[in-house]
Amino acid sequence: MEKRELKQGILKKLMSRFMRGGEDKAVNKDGRSKIRALVVDDSMVNRTIHHKLLQNLGIENQVVGNGKEAVDAHSSGNYFDLILMDMDMPVMNGIEATRRLRAMGVRSLIAGVTTRSLEQEKQEFMEAGLDDYQEKPLTAAKLVSIIHKINQSSSTPR
Amino acid sequence: MDVGQMQRRLLDYTKSLFMEGVLDGQFLQLQQLQDESNPDFVVEVVSLFFEDSERLLNDLTRALDQPNVDFKTVDSHVHQWKGSSSSIGASRVKNGCIAFRNFCEEQNIEACLRCLQQVKQEYYLVKNKLETLFRMEQQIVAAGGSIPILELSF
Repeated sequence: MEKRELKQGILKKLMSRFMRGGEDKAVNKDGRSKIRALVVDDSMVNRTIHHKLLQNLGIENQVVGNGKEAVDAHSSGNYFDLILMDMDMPVMNGIEATRRLRAMGVRSLIAGVTTRSLEQEKQEFMEAGLDDYQEKPLTAAKLVSIIHKINQSSSTPR
Repeated sequence: MDVGQMQRRLLDYTKSLFMEGVLDGQFLQLQQLQDESNPDFVVEVVSLFFEDSERLLNDLTRALDQPNVDFKTVDSHVHQWKGSSSSIGASRVKNGCIAFRNFCEEQNIEACLRCLQQVKQEYYLVKNKLETLFRMEQQIVAAGGSIPILELSF
């Protein structure tokens, strides 16, 4: 087996081990959980990368380009287990979108993903209702650490 | 040149880009995302980066050419460029953008213009290097070989 295939296989196994035991998550035959994610980022470069990162971990995902599209994606009772939220976006930024989603009663795990590094900026973003915060660029390892929290947070009432 | 030689040449070339700081570990992350279902992933993402960069370069040149420079706009463009360059591992472009943003904050137009030239140079450098890299990869594939991935431990 090629080294890279081996690595990806190991990552997927790690993923399924985190996910098993979450009763509300549908687990299909080969142990892969049907997690659904939403990528919110105004940069096409980042949307493409994050989409592939999630896909490679077996996570079905949609991509949108700003906070308003993220809110609209939740119409008709649509639900995502994980939302990767960029901070700086046109139309509606990540802070506003997070506040809006929480006000709508969305309890998904929302991870802020941004290049901003000042404590004050992080603080404001977290206070809008994030569950986690990662500095860009996202890597497979950072993503796995975010996803690990989905199972943990699903057992804690908000 | 046989396939083995071509592959070694590619690896050496890639290594040199890391040693020179033109690319960083994030580029390796991209390569690791590429697979049979998406064999042109790296080229696709890098092409998006090139498109983004050309647009941002134009926008920045125009913004800094205004009689009353709007530093918020300039900063916003640089922030975007910093984001996309860091996502593909174009380390020197990213660092140039970081310095650029500091001068935006100081509203120092001379320094901003200098930074723009600097980032522009770094961008054309990484563009050139990556295009060379992709050409080498194409040659290997055309000769029936597979693209070797550099394994670096950081």
